[in-house]
Amino acid sequence: MKMRRVVVTGLGMVTPLACGVEETWARLLAGRSGASRIDTFQVDDLPCRIACRIPRGDGSDGTFDPDAWMDPKDQRKVDHFIVYAMAAAKQALDDAGWHPESYEDQAASGVLIGSGIGGIEGIADTALVLRDKGPRRISPFFIPGRLINLASGYVSIEHGLKGPNHSVVTACSTGAHAIGDAARLIALGDADVMVAGGTESPISRISIAGFAACRALSTHFNDEPARASRPYDKDRDGFVMGEGSGVVVLEEYEHAKARGAKIYAEVVGYGLSGDAFHITSPSEDGDGAYRCMKAALKRAGLEPSALDYVNAHGTSTPLGDEIELGAVERLMGDAASGLTMSSTKSATGHLLGAAGAIEAIFSILAMRDGKVPPTLNLDNPSVETAIDLVPHTAKEKRIDVALSNSFGFGGTNASLVFARVS
Amino acid sequence: MSDIAERVKKIVVEHLGVEADKVTENANFIDDLGADSLDTVELVMAFEEEFNVEIPDDAAETIVTVGDAIKFLEKNAG
Repeated sequence: MKMRRVVVTGLGMVTPLACGVEETWARLLAGRSGASRIDTFQVDDLPCRIACRIPRGDGSDGTFDPDAWMDPKDQRKVDHFIVYAMAAAKQALDDAGWHPESYEDQAASGVLIGSGIGGIEGIADTALVLRDKGPRRISPFFIPGRLINLASGYVSIEHGLKGPNHSVVTACSTGAHAIGDAARLIALGDADVMVAGGTESPISRISIAGFAACRALSTHFNDEPARASRPYDKDRDGFVMGEGSGVVVLEEYEHAKARGAKIYAEVVGYGLSGDAFHITSPSEDGDGAYRCMKAALKRAGLEPSALDYVNAHGTSTPLGDEIELGAVERLMGDAASGLTMSSTKSATGHLLGAAGAIEAIFSILAMRDGKVPPTLNLDNPSVETAIDLVPHTAKEKRIDVALSNSFGFGGTNASLVFARVS
Repeated sequence: MSDIAERVKKIVVEHLGVEADKVTENANFIDDLGADSLDTVELVMAFEEEFNVEIPDDAAETIVTVGDAIKFLEKNAG
């Protein structure tokens, strides 16, 4: 079957740095951190008391006003991850200038937004209602407001997207898998336009407690939140949880060209692999990550030396960062010294199922502007490498090909490759 | 307006996000106030909570307007 070309024509995001793509990007390049101490629920008995939270406000100066993106009456029925997706999707569709009105255009436009843990907070709260007040007090909106694919559902209803209505749940690879799978749907002719990405609202007592129990979270920087996410640094001790959503508009190349759409980049490669090793730890030899990147480059028809930038998964966990770095070094071979790789999780924290989506967007913006976002807090790298990890400050570099990695619990890996469209 | 009518209308305004002046006794939850079938289930639950009364499913099915709710609750509540 002949594969059609797929390009990115719209971007949208809500992140701990800001609401909005340009607002987030400017803060990312400026080296700002989105981390702060949690003050919205009790944290005294939790080992991790910090997170990267979306700045809320009236919508000015990059703040997020949920009422601007979803009717308050509907917000009441859903968990936050759906509200974030609504905001990011609207931004992306507005940016793409794609508002399908005809029956044919609507039927050719689909949506594929995933989440790692979806409405876990609402599930926990509702379990208490069931216990304390009984089944008659369970809201009819409990199920549709927590189901992960309802992010796609709400977005499709709001924007009249009647093509494929899909979702993906692959822990911290979700956002990358969503974009990769959506691109394939277009490449194979199931849709001409796909609204794709990830969304997550994990900052709650139950999620912090759960991830802390997995020993995945940073616990030694509760008094210095901005220093906690420090990928590749020798003092790193776990990730900092983040919330938000990233959504892109993907479009068949000829479709985008015919309507004169702004084209950011082409999705040239997508690779998937599994570790088949452990439920939370990456395989120690990094083979899963290596094969995933290799598969993405094979699909792109590119040699590793063609890579200018890698947006690393780099979560700031003691084990994961070095395993990924080793896999990238193995992939690059002698070309490692020409590669630039950074972890933007040092600024945004780890948005779990949304991470792959916002990082795909950062990779695309790095290509657009010729600017590489930094790895914050990389004071003392834990290992030596020929790869430039962009410590502390952003740098200029022409980027024609960028790869974004995402790896998740369950040993699931995804890599996306974007290239400039000439 | 009775105390019950006032409380019913307040709940309807809050749950359906509609203007208070649209919530007349003749207003049909679905046809006039934009509710869907899930909204009406939730409304009945809210009435049960507010008035500390159980509304059986067959009775709930007969409550389709604001006035129906007021009448039922005036008869059965407290």
